This record gives sequence, C-alpha cells and structure tokens, in this order.
Amino acid sequence: MNLPRRRFDALIIGAGGGGLRAALQLARGEAHVAVVSKVFPTRSHTVAAHGGINAALAHVVPDNWHWHMYDTVKGSDYLGDQDAIEYLCRAAPRVVYELEHMGVPFSRLPDGRIYQRPFGAQSQDFGGAQAFRTCAAADRTGHAILQTLYQQNIRARTHFFDEHFALDLIRDTDGHVLGALVLDMASGEPLLIESKTTLLATGGAAQIYKTSSNASINTGDGLGMALRAGIPLQDMEFFQFHPTGIVGKGILITEGARGEGGFLVNGRGERFMDRYAPNSKDLAGRDVVSRAVMTEIREGRGCGEHENHVELRLDHLGTEVVNSLLPVIRDICQTFLGIDVSREAIPVAPTAHYMMGGIPTDRQGRVVAPERHGAEEAVPGLYAAGECACVSVHGANRLGGNSLLDILVFGRAAANHIAEYLGEHRYHRPLHQGSVDFALERLARWDRTGSGETVPGLREELKSTMDWHCGVFRDETVLKAGLDKLLDIERRLDDARLRDHSRRFNTARIEALELENLVETALATVVSALGRTESRGAHYREDFPQRDDAQWLRHSLYHRDGRQLEYKPVRMKPLSVDSIPPSIREY
Amino acid sequence: MRFSIYRYNPETDAEPRMQRFELESVSRGMMLLDALLRFKEQDESLVFRHACGEGHCGADGVNVNGVNVLACTTRLSILREPVQVTPLPGLPVIRDLVVDMEAFFSQYRAVRPYLIADDPEPEVERRQSPEQRAGLDGSFECILCACCTTQCPSWQNNPERYLGPAALLQAWRFLNDSRDTATEERLNDLAGPYALFRCRTVMNCVNVCPKDLNPTEAIGRIRRLMLKSSL
Repeated sequence: MNLPRRRFDALIIGAGGGGLRAALQLARGEAHVAVVSKVFPTRSHTVAAHGGINAALAHVVPDNWHWHMYDTVKGSDYLGDQDAIEYLCRAAPRVVYELEHMGVPFSRLPDGRIYQRPFGAQSQDFGGAQAFRTCAAADRTGHAILQTLYQQNIRARTHFFDEHFALDLIRDTDGHVLGALVLDMASGEPLLIESKTTLLATGGAAQIYKTSSNASINTGDGLGMALRAGIPLQDMEFFQFHPTGIVGKGILITEGARGEGGFLVNGRGERFMDRYAPNSKDLAGRDVVSRAVMTEIREGRGCGEHENHVELRLDHLGTEVVNSLLPVIRDICQTFLGIDVSREAIPVAPTAHYMMGGIPTDRQGRVVAPERHGAEEAVPGLYAAGECACVSVHGANRLGGNSLLDILVFGRAAANHIAEYLGEHRYHRPLHQGSVDFALERLARWDRTGSGETVPGLREELKSTMDWHCGVFRDETVLKAGLDKLLDIERRLDDARLRDHSRRFNTARIEALELENLVETALATVVSALGRTESRGAHYREDFPQRDDAQWLRHSLYHRDGRQLEYKPVRMKPLSVDSIPPSIREY
Repeated sequence: MRFSIYRYNPETDAEPRMQRFELESVSRGMMLLDALLRFKEQDESLVFRHACGEGHCGADGVNVNGVNVLACTTRLSILREPVQVTPLPGLPVIRDLVVDMEAFFSQYRAVRPYLIADDPEPEVERRQSPEQRAGLDGSFECILCACCTTQCPSWQNNPERYLGPAALLQAWRFLNDSRDTATEERLNDLAGPYALFRCRTVMNCVNVCPKDLNPTEAIGRIRRLMLKSSL
C-alpha cells in the first residue's frame, strides 16, 4: 500500500482552545505546524464553555493569584499538584491579557476593563468573602476564545488538516513518538504525518455517559491513543458531574447563572444548599452541589411528577441581567424547554461534564510515564494539554472557570517546551514500520464483513452502564457489576461489524473508531474508581465515605496492559510559596 | 412523521436520490437532529455532520423544506410533512447532507477575520467602554454555519465575487471594534461592485440566521462607513 506522507516539526491533534493556543505559539515562532481535527476547528467543544476564565485581575474586589491558588488546591480536595497550580494561577492574568490583545470581545466594566463575575468556590484572603475572578464574554466566553484563536491562527498561516481523524500514535521501540496515522474523512484514506513532536489536545470524554453536557465528538480519542501506545492514564476515577444540566437532556446551564444570583430549590420550595454549604450556598464546589442535588432527589424532595430533579431559579434577576449576561441560557431554555427563564424555573439535575483525569503530564506539558526511571519520566516527543491531559491542576474536582484557563496556560506552556525540544532535536527519527502497521490494522479491522453486533447498540449499552454504575454515588458492588458489563461490551466489540464499507465521508466508520476509544476510557474510569477506597472530590464511595489522606493522598495510574493500577505521590511543594496542607474542606 | 432525505455518495451512486424515512413516534421537544440520529441507527450509511447538539458550534446546517436551519435547534413539531431534508444549497456535495465548505471558509478568510491593532501592546488589556463593546453584540456570536450565505440569492448568482452575508458580518465585527486599527485596509478590501455591493437586501440571511443576527444591517453599516470615509 502506498501510504501518503507529510512531515512537520510539530503535530497538534485537536483544534480546541488548547490545541489552537499551542499552534499559535509555534506558528508565530516559525515552527512548521500541522493541526489535525476531526471537525472544522470552530466546532470543537471549547465553543460550548459559557461562563468564563479565572484570573486574579482584582477588577471588582481585591484579589491575587495566591488566593486563586488556595481555592484551586482546596477545590481539588488537595489532590492537585501544587507546583502546577501555582504556575496556573500566576500565569492566568497574562494569558487573559494576551487573549484580549488577540481580540476576544470580553464584556467590560464601566471603566473599560475586563468584566469579572463571581463563580463557585472563589474566595478572597484564603477562604474569606466571595471573589469575582471569572472573566467573561457574556455567557459565550468559550465561543469567543475559540474563534479568536482560530482567527489568529489564520493570520499566522497555521496548516490545518480539517476533518481528519487521528487513528494512533507512531512510536518506535526506544519510546520516541514520531507522529500519527490519521484518516482523511472526505476521501476515507489514511495519511501518515511524521512529526518531531506531537501534542495531544483531544479534549474530554463525557460521551462515555448517557446524561452528559458534552458534544457528540467528545469521545476520548487521545486517551485511547495514549493507552494503545503504552501510556497510562492518571486519576480517571475523578469525573465531574455538573449540578445544573437540563433534566433528561444533560444540556448545561452555566454556573454563571448562579454566579449572577440564581439559586436552587427542591420540591418543597426550600433553598436546600443552605444546609449543605452554609457559607457559599449555591456557589459551593461542583462536587458538593451535585451530591446535594442527588441527595435531595434520593430522599424524596425532588421536583416534578417523577421527583427526579430540582429547580434553578433566575426569575428574580430581571430581564436586563438575563439579556445582557445570560443570553445563551435564555435561548437554550427557550429552544429546548420552551420556557422563559425570566418567569419560570429551570428543571435541572447533575450531568456528566468534565474529566479531571487524563494523560499524565508535567507542567511543561510533557507526557510523563513510568517506564525506566520513575513516574516523572518524559515520553520523548509527546505532549498533552487541556482536558485530555492531567497536569494535575484540578485534582479530584475542578473549579468553574479553571478549564478555559488550563487549556490556554498549558497549551502555551507545551508549545514553549516543544520549541525548546525542536532546538535540540533537529531531525526526524527513522520511521517505525511496526507501529504504522498496528495503526493500519486498527482501520482494516472495520473492513470485516458479515453480521454481528452494531456500533450504536454497543455504544448505548456502554453509556447506560456508566450512568448506572459510575455516577455521583458509587460503591464496590455497583462498580464491580459495571466493570463486568464493560468487559462484556469489550469482548463483544470484537464481533461488531459495519454495514457500510464505503470510504467517502463514512461517519459510521468514524463512530466505530470512536467507540473503541470510549470503551478504553470507560474501563480506565471504572477500574480506577474501584481502586480508590476513599471519598475525595468528585469520587464519592458510599462504602468509604471519608477522605483518607494517610493512604490516598496520591495519584492513580491506570495501565491498559492487564488493567493494572499503580500510584504516585501528589506534588505538595509549590514553586515559591508554602505548601497548602490538607484540611477539612467546607464551603 | 414522514421524511424525504437527500442521498448521494459519488463513490457508489450515479446520481442523487431522495430516500423516504419514517418516524413512528415523535416525543415532545424532539429536534430534527434527534430524527436524523434515529435514521442513522436504521441505515448507518446516512451521513450528516453534528457536534455540540445545542446550537453553539454550527456543524449541522441543513436545508429543510427549502429553508436553511441547524438540525439540533429545529423542533419537529413546526415542520410540514413530508419533511424534505437536503444539503445546504450552492456548495458541492461530498456525500448526502455533507457539503464541501471550503468556498465559504475561503471567503471568511478573505475579510481578514482577526483583530489588527498596530498600536503598541499595553501590559494589561486595551480599554473598551461597555458602549463600544456593545457594538460587537450581534456580530461576534456568528457560528459560521453558512445558513445565511448559502440562502442568499445574490451569493448564489455570484459565489466567487460576492463575499456573502457571513463573511461581511465578520468584516463588520472588526471594522466596528474600537481596538482595530485597519479600517482603511479593510474598506479597501471590500471596494468594487461585487465583494460588498452585490447585497440586494433580500434579507434571507436575517430570516434564516439561527442566532438571530442581522447581516443585512451590518452590510448597510459598512456601506455607510465606506461612503463617509470616501467623502
């Protein structure tokens, strides 16, 4: 087979905010960059981030990066690495100003500076009064950032491979990553992209759940690629359920709605968050609010005929606030529920939203994996940034407004390190044919004909399994039953067949390849959740309801080979300030 | 509910055809995208784009009963039967409902859709008053779905020379940004009888925009600005 080949200095897989920020940094630095995306870049899921991006600009009330760092460490339930968190919070103002210079249309304060709104779990002075730290472009902040980054990449003449699906990394026997095999969706033919460096920026994987806020494209493709290349995944048991998804649909209602003054009520009309978080109330950490909502529902205080949700009320905010600061929420509720939020309450329940875990990296974005010299050993030529990566700045629970920050800070940091690496590694290494053949085989496998299981059938089974067996509340019995079902799905996946074997824009084939990644991601999530016998952040075990710092202040690493778990210590030492010791986490 | 959907795979089909699909039960609040996903489960060879499913990303523009819409935000209950679903008009079909959008995006790139600010960068943000910022509302929200441009008769007649409503709305977005310093160059780019002036204010773009934006108004504003700057 005559495989077409292209060669670049840097290959970026994924064109969301992380990938585009990295691409821009490299293209401006005159590296030869290719961005591969399975969708046109502005369709990437960064577009759906509503609320904003955190930076201690102190535009509304006093603030500084150290308070932001404290909130992020506490929000992570002390599982976040404090060196990376210090780096994140100190870089935040600069990253936001850079975005403004690029053209992001931030909302403005009367004096012309960037508008900032309060978000959950933000405090002044290490746990004091509410901070206003989230910079926003109305409730379209992700859309504004994604389009601006794409626009600046057009200006920098970045090379885009739109609608190309990444199949697998190419890795040689010395462990160097040499690029990736991708599939040109329009022609249906594979293309080999050799690159001195490769950045995975493929985003999240909440499509492993049925009730999810994520786009259909969030299928964990980078996670599957990493696992198949022998790289472990870190902290996969920590999956964030956002407390306010539209019930039954999972569509997200931004935390900004509560930031602007919205609140939750149960079936008896009570503002129940008073009981769970006496200080922060509706703006407590997302894990805390989600558990509170689920507890209200489970104890019979839900709303509606089925008592399966609670209500988010915005009707007291006035149409002016809603129109100027929450127009997307107004439109979503009008379109999908036919309700007017300035008069009616929104029915909400937790929805799978964000993966704290992912491909382990250091704060330069280098992928690190224990191979020969310990858990912090860099995989040469491979980087990861954004939701698919685990730096770890979010630990066991991410704060609202920190994910846009994460993708930009670490997309940029990874690009800076790539530039450095390219200075020292000037030539392409010889191609490793065995690795190319492995990737081609992954594609060829779906050419098998005959009858067998269908891809949509298996996918729906997987998603229901995850909803039932790996949700807000977990225990050993439920998780084990879930694992059995997943293993069964994995076995049956081998019998699945496509009916459509055409080449041209065959999305059934893409969905089959995505399903393989979903299965890998779901297995990593459930196995990691079974392993961790404590409750921390988003991972709540009813059979182990306490946090156990003596035994569990450590990161999980899940290996695909034998589905083994190992653990590595949390980096408790920040870069310049004192370590923030674990303490009881209350809001 | 009865549907008739455009099918064409150049790899296997000599020519396009319409295929009938039927939805047995339509639940309240069901969207066109939900129907298409259901049909794909019945016949996996049916091809269309979709991503966020909430009207944010602009991936799933299609033509329904003659009108361009986003499949994910179009309620089945408002559609007339049999529901005719065809690709966005005026762009080459890759397969079924998937069109080649390169012509659309190259027109987007042609308006230099990025902030150009030649003044020295301050160490903090450039100031912009809430009133100046409000001037960007109604243009920066564009999701590049191409519903407007491909519904525009002027663009359909001159797809190579008239930039179309989506690209022109983005031209206005930057012309009207108080931080942008390239007004003159941008206006020069749009000079001549076609790029800007082929708009005949038919206003199809306004009627179909899924984000309720008004490209016709933006085009009018560019014209006024051009007139003012040439005096």
